[in-house]
Amino acid sequence: MMLWDHAIASALAKGEAIETGVPSQLVVEDLHAYFGRTHAVKGLSLDIAANRITAIIGPSGCGKSTFLRCLNRMHEVVPGARREGRVLLDGEDIYAPSVDPVEVRRRVGMVFQRANPFPTMSIYDNVVVGLRLNGIRDRRVLDEVAERSLGQAALWDEVKDVLARPGTSLSGGQQQRLCIARALAVQPEVLLMDEPASALDPASTLKIEELAKTLRETLTIVIVTHNMQQAARVSDSTAFMLAGSLIEYGPTAELFTRPKERQTEDYITGRFG
Amino acid sequence: MTVQTREAFDRELAGLRDDLLRMGALVEEAVRRSVEALRSRSVEGAEAVIAADNAIDALHLELEERCLMLMATQQPMAKDLRTIAAVWAMTMDLERIGDHAEDIARATKRMADQPLLKPLIDIPRMAEMVQQMLRTGLDAFVQRDVNLAQQMAAADDEVDHLYGQVFRELLTYMIEDPHNIQRATHLLFSAQALERMGDHATNIAERVIYMVTGTLKELNL
Amino acid sequence: MIAPGSRAGARRRLTDRVMGWVCLAAILVAIAPLASLLGYVVVQGAPALNWAFFTHLPAPVGEPGGGMANAILGTLTLIGLASGVGVPVGILGGLFLAEAGDGRLGWWIRFTADVLNGLPSIVVGVFVYALVVVPMHRFSALAGGLALGVMMIPLVVRTTEEMVRLVPSSLREASLALGIRWWITSLRIVLRTATAGVITGIMLAVARIGGETAPLLFTAFNNQFWQAGLDQPISSLTVQLFTYSIAPYDDWHRQAWAAALVLMAITLLLNIAARAAGRQRFTVGR
Repeated sequence: MMLWDHAIASALAKGEAIETGVPSQLVVEDLHAYFGRTHAVKGLSLDIAANRITAIIGPSGCGKSTFLRCLNRMHEVVPGARREGRVLLDGEDIYAPSVDPVEVRRRVGMVFQRANPFPTMSIYDNVVVGLRLNGIRDRRVLDEVAERSLGQAALWDEVKDVLARPGTSLSGGQQQRLCIARALAVQPEVLLMDEPASALDPASTLKIEELAKTLRETLTIVIVTHNMQQAARVSDSTAFMLAGSLIEYGPTAELFTRPKERQTEDYITGRFG
Repeated sequence: MTVQTREAFDRELAGLRDDLLRMGALVEEAVRRSVEALRSRSVEGAEAVIAADNAIDALHLELEERCLMLMATQQPMAKDLRTIAAVWAMTMDLERIGDHAEDIARATKRMADQPLLKPLIDIPRMAEMVQQMLRTGLDAFVQRDVNLAQQMAAADDEVDHLYGQVFRELLTYMIEDPHNIQRATHLLFSAQALERMGDHATNIAERVIYMVTGTLKELNL
Repeated sequence: MIAPGSRAGARRRLTDRVMGWVCLAAILVAIAPLASLLGYVVVQGAPALNWAFFTHLPAPVGEPGGGMANAILGTLTLIGLASGVGVPVGILGGLFLAEAGDGRLGWWIRFTADVLNGLPSIVVGVFVYALVVVPMHRFSALAGGLALGVMMIPLVVRTTEEMVRLVPSSLREASLALGIRWWITSLRIVLRTATAGVITGIMLAVARIGGETAPLLFTAFNNQFWQAGLDQPISSLTVQLFTYSIAPYDDWHRQAWAAALVLMAITLLLNIAARAAGRQRFTVGR
């Protein structure tokens, strides 16, 4: 497949380390992102492997969240934001003029830093909202989707008897898992997680991490985190960003024991930022 | 990009380094004194070495514990992680060298009532080389010098070579006269202890290379 | 640090107490006119309230008795018509301003709404007179409803905009990220979250226009009988109150007070309902 050759070629060209034999789900080519005049992401190129967890680490303000939001066309929602470059999802540029951003966002889901269940809706309604507001009303289908998604988010057993309770009545960790279930309900191919556990206690954090690892089997996951130990625990590959640029990208174990770049080493040993 | 320091952590790492060097010095001293006692058939010397090994063992346990604690509390990564892992492994090798010195001292005590089988030439030379290897290894550790560490491979070859020589020589003594067997055997074990020390010193070199480059290479060929 | 028992401490405590009394006095001064107004209306209007007031049509001129049933119904009808105009336009306008109103267009819309808000109500009445009453050749409930609706619009627009802006943008983002279209997100997620506030705004707007008289003089005029059709003049509590209070009949004066009391009661009920609606079932945040 041409995508695969491309991936190898770009990896060899930039010395990026990727696993052999794993196809790329998302290929980012020379991505630039701007907020007005601020150049937040500078010429970033990256191959994100399918069915793997890729972590993006870097100090505050390095552009990792901006980059993540370019992957599901949420960046352009902000007034004054624009971008250049291509992002290929399964070989097709999501920014091509003929592509509907809404369609992209169905295929590339997102979970945010602070859990944001819709406050006027029950747990059940929250989970199925993505389907319901897109026209699917068959109760049986929705029930099935709710159970499947809540099961995937490891929340079904805890809420199956109280589905009518408001979404906001759950604890912080449960709310975040509810948001994950909600994102999973529309069956995305990729799940983007923007510091999903940063507002949670350690036990909930670990639950989310375990969840990410099980979801890996059916999805590709990209997780932005400022917690390096989390990136080390959870991800297969890690990318280090600094001031909008990609400094280093490689298998997680390698990057955390034998980083190639001095800046990476300084960051992960805590001697910077 | 401004580089900050992790002061408390860096002090701990420096402390580990210093204590490893201290342990190295103790071990080097033990090697020297054990062979000296062997050569001069000094029972007090031997007993001093045996007693001093307690300090070496205690230091080993303490260093191991501190390495473990640093891993748990500081979540070291990359260079720091490799350094701590290297120190941990090196204390084990140093402790084993210390034990081998103790073995030589015990052999000395057992042979004390009899005259030396032969004037000792090769064994003290082996001991000199082992001490030199220790110094080189610890220097390489402090200076993070990979080339210096790699030189130890050649030195270990020499130690092995000398061991072979000693082995053959003692064998002839044993064949010559069965009454020699007991003393020859003790000397043989002492030579073997020194050969093992050389191997452990080479392990130390391997750890230094790992610490600096991140790759683990076998130097004992 | 001033020690507790010192003279400086005692002076400060005294000052604190005196100021407390002064503030209390200020509140009483502010409330006094309102309280006396309420009291006066109740005292004057309560005796004239009887069953007939709520069920009978006005008696012919000069005869005692009768009621303001048609006026009460008229006011309610006019409020309904006005809401039919004011609520959809106001909500959609407010939603637009909150979602996309940060540019020049939004600025102009807001400016216009504020001007409209400050317009004397009689001007609105004249405007609708020229626009609707003259071509129709008659006064009508529709014209009255339109005039009141036009007055409602800027109020509903502004409160809706404020309430929608209060909805955290994270909810909007979460909805968009699920692949839900922008306008569905606005209506079904954002607006729904702001519902309580929006309803409050609507009720406050209704309370305001329910008490308007001047625009109705030119548009709905008045009607001593039951409503015949929406294209006919319609009576309202406010106009009826006006008419009765300047008339020379004592009976009518008493009924005017009763009308004032009923108007006040309606306003009060609307405000209470607005507060109750503000406490919605699921609130934003925990």
